Amino acid sequence: MSARLRVNPITCEAHGLCAELLPELIRLDDWGYPILDESEVPPDLIGLARRAVDACPTLALLLDED
Amino acid sequence: MSSTNGGHHGLPRLLAGLEPGVAMSLAAHTRIHGPLPDVPPHQLIEEVERSGLRGRGGADFPTARKLRAVAERRRVGAVIVNGSETEPGSAKDRLLLARLPHLVLDGAVLAAGAVGSRQVIVKVGANAVDAGRALQGAIAARERDGVSIEVVAGPEGYVAGEESAVVHYLNGGPELPTFVPPRPFERGYRGRPTLIQNPETLAQLALVARFGSRWYRELGTVADPGSALVTITGAVRAPGVYELAFGTELSQLLEAAGGPSEPLQALLVGGYFGTWMEASEAASLRLAREDLRSVGCSLGSGVLIALGGSACGLHESARVISYLADQSAGQCGPCVYGLRSIADSVAALADGVAHPRERDRLLRWTSEIRGRGACHHPDGAVRFVESALSVFREDIDWHRTGRCHAPPAGLPLAGPAVAGGRLR
Repeated sequence: MSARLRVNPITCEAHGLCAELLPELIRLDDWGYPILDESEVPPDLIGLARRAVDACPTLALLLDED
Repeated sequence: MSSTNGGHHGLPRLLAGLEPGVAMSLAAHTRIHGPLPDVPPHQLIEEVERSGLRGRGGADFPTARKLRAVAERRRVGAVIVNGSETEPGSAKDRLLLARLPHLVLDGAVLAAGAVGSRQVIVKVGANAVDAGRALQGAIAARERDGVSIEVVAGPEGYVAGEESAVVHYLNGGPELPTFVPPRPFERGYRGRPTLIQNPETLAQLALVARFGSRWYRELGTVADPGSALVTITGAVRAPGVYELAFGTELSQLLEAAGGPSEPLQALLVGGYFGTWMEASEAASLRLAREDLRSVGCSLGSGVLIALGGSACGLHESARVISYLADQSAGQCGPCVYGLRSIADSVAALADGVAHPRERDRLLRWTSEIRGRGACHHPDGAVRFVESALSVFREDIDWHRTGRCHAPPAGLPLAGPAVAGGRLR
């Protein structure tokens, strides 16, 4: 089981909640848009990653789990 | 394959029999290339695979793999000929569609047969009036293709030609790229698996289907077989579209276009999504992926722009990146805000008013923006800027201390690279 973060750049509106909730894997660029660590999400951060996904106001942040 | 007659040898291939100013008739087309061959689908895909043909729209993807990806799916939809050609430096696809429409349509009909499609849609830019007219005439003259063919004139604009944007538009949406996957081969026109190909790719395929992969490989290198259409513009005496064999040195490409009109300082290889190279470094490189990759370049959609020594590479680059920033579809933040900031920053470098460490900030931005748009528009734009910052690095310091009086080089921006009469 592995999980990776992905963002839909069309729907993202730079609210920035994701970077607040998951600074371990998400930082913001100079314009407020998220830069994701696209490697596998470590198991101990999966819960926080799901919380960041749920908090995104535009549902732009995605966690691909398989 | 009917490869025993082998077609004719040498160049030109695609442009054989091209006459200035007129679209080739079906009779002339058939006389030069022979009738449309009847090839079973799997056999055609295998022959294309052996030929090594790759997409000529800029992505360089192996054509046989794309054909197979669609052919393996059920309920296949349309074959779309993407004749948008929104790269300002490129004129080859309009040349093919306006002068050699039957060659492109042959390729589209053959590709439709190979993937199990009964419908061909040719998408052209609304300004490509010649191409639209020639296609309509060609479609009326053709019989028994067994597939329906229609022409759709769509909006102009740099990203409108991106393949997901073309599908989006044909589906009744705006001409904007969509979030992929799903890609068109999975879910495209009307939700069905869709093959979308560049006109030159299909024209090449039409010749491979007739004369076979062995004939196709008579020209070019092992890794890059065949010929390519290259639009050569800028500081050359006879700008135009030329058909050349892969493996030809870039210096010979310039000679084909009449040679440089003044000593050159740099070449822009691959168009505005491409990369600058110092002229001295570029001349001995061959038109081949391995050579171009060794210096971080790719052929893109087959554009070569020569920059004369009297021009200013920084100012020209500032104009191009500003154009690319304007051409953003306006959907993705990193592209919208990032490219505009980068464009302003390059303009400041060119005007000599930038912070001493502006170049470092630019390089951070270009690395951060790459890969973060829904389409590859920002990726191409930052690659272009990175090459400018490398090739014109000394000019940056020089612009900080002295005024630049170089005249504009007249690079093609938002218009055809070559006037209609100069196509050859």
